[in-house]
Amino acid sequence: MKLTDRRVQAVAGLLLVGVLIAAPLGLKPHGIYLLSMWAVMSIAAIGLNLTLGYAGQISLAQAAFVGIGAYCSAILTTSYGWPFGAAFVMAALLCFVIGWLLGYPALRVQHHYLAFVTLAFTTLVFLVLRNEEWLTKGIYGISGINRPNLFGWSTKAPRDFYYFCLIVLAGVSWFTWRLVRSPWGRAFMALRENPVRASSLGVDTRRYTLMAFAIGSALGGVAGALYAPLVEFIDPTPFALSLSLNLLLMVIVGGSGYFFGPFLGAIVSVLLPEWLRFTDGLYLIIYAVFVMALMVVCPAGLLGLVEKIFKPLSKSGKAAP
Amino acid sequence: MNPVLEVRGLYKSFGGISAVENVSFEVHEGEILGIIGPNGSGKSTLFNCILGQLKPTAGDVHVDGRSVTGLRPCDLNRLGVSRTFQLLQVFPQLSVRENLILAGQEHQGSMWTRLVGACDAGLTEAANRMIDFFRLVHVAEEKAGGLSYGQQKLLDAAMAFMAGPRLVLLDEPAGGVNLTMLADLRERLRAINQEQKATFVVIEHNMEFVMSLCTRILVLAEGRIIAAGTPAEVRNNPEVIEAYLGH
Repeated sequence: MKLTDRRVQAVAGLLLVGVLIAAPLGLKPHGIYLLSMWAVMSIAAIGLNLTLGYAGQISLAQAAFVGIGAYCSAILTTSYGWPFGAAFVMAALLCFVIGWLLGYPALRVQHHYLAFVTLAFTTLVFLVLRNEEWLTKGIYGISGINRPNLFGWSTKAPRDFYYFCLIVLAGVSWFTWRLVRSPWGRAFMALRENPVRASSLGVDTRRYTLMAFAIGSALGGVAGALYAPLVEFIDPTPFALSLSLNLLLMVIVGGSGYFFGPFLGAIVSVLLPEWLRFTDGLYLIIYAVFVMALMVVCPAGLLGLVEKIFKPLSKSGKAAP
Repeated sequence: MNPVLEVRGLYKSFGGISAVENVSFEVHEGEILGIIGPNGSGKSTLFNCILGQLKPTAGDVHVDGRSVTGLRPCDLNRLGVSRTFQLLQVFPQLSVRENLILAGQEHQGSMWTRLVGACDAGLTEAANRMIDFFRLVHVAEEKAGGLSYGQQKLLDAAMAFMAGPRLVLLDEPAGGVNLTMLADLRERLRAINQEQKATFVVIEHNMEFVMSLCTRILVLAEGRIIAAGTPAEVRNNPEVIEAYLGH
């Protein structure tokens, strides 16, 4: 039994969908809110997993794209009266374009240098959100963001909005599933593993690098466009660097480069802290110890751990060349 | 008819050191040209300049009469110029078959069809043929990183041939390959050379391998061509003997 087996993945996927649909039935509004937040953060993490996990381009800019997406959809729906659907598409498009542009530095610098470039970008966006009051209302934030009415279906109630988030998550998952299995996904992985060799095989590394950034960022924008109506109020604080680090944590803990990694990572990051609430002040310590232990035991993340367990012992995955 | 590869007056210097000095040669269709020379004589640098991995300080490279100087490696590859590297360069986390599909996919369709079209870009069959040809059937599903050195070397070569290239530059294909596999590799290379009319340029230290495979040999020393000719001519050239033994 291998995790890469399509049937195993399909069964796991179906099981997951069943649980997700049934999940809010016994929950209070706060619980449903958290589940929705999990879905939103999963989408952002899926985007980062594409850029980082598959294409190997480290980015600390994902929070900035969630922020751009959130502000874009909030401003367009509240100040300009755009329908949510149009604002949603606009948020994704805007992040796609900005993500494409942010990809250019990645053509020159890699690894920790790239991390710093993207870190600077997150800080820059945060400053714009906080200081450009004419556009973003600064630290006062934007309130009165309504949850959308979609083809006569009001998503005002928490459970309805949760299902809406779930539908978007399903769409994003399908798109990503398809993408990572297409030649593009293969080219992304080639970029991660050996860009020089990839280029010698005709892979246009420049174009694929930019695309990896653009698509990953667009998914950050999609998450943001859902975040705004979920919380119904946005200010710059949640889109600071700490969210970027958090999203990075989700990708790494879940299993960077694994399709289901971001879903698990978002559970650890969004839901686990709530479950640890009974420990009062100890929760951050327990949480930190858990993450550290995981990274020591299995640097490939939770799914790396699962794969290690299920893999026949005779075959080693990474032998030295 | 234009030569498949024509290098004219190529220079490459790194700071004050010139690695390649005024190298000119031609390779014609169907030839297997060997390039030999002591370590540090500029063979790999020459390859990297021809293939766009390095920018030559001066000189021109033509493929089929068309100037390709300054083209990116990926553009050159799509013109039918392929290569292997001196050090192993496979994608360790992809399976053997995926490695081969990757090696061919950028030659199929457009960016758009590669996004929305078939996952394997229609190359599974071609990949399987290549797997058969290089006798990698039993490891086709394995991750390339888990293969033995010799198998990875074969995969590396197979990837270079996946897109049916016109010209292939092989950088030490025999390095670290045991004798049985070496004979096998030579036989595969000859077969491809004859069946596909592919033209080869081979850098190699293994004299027995190079002498038996190549139709013509260039000898490089300190960045310059010091001899050229058939294997027999080169073997008996006093300058070549001196360059190798050092006096």
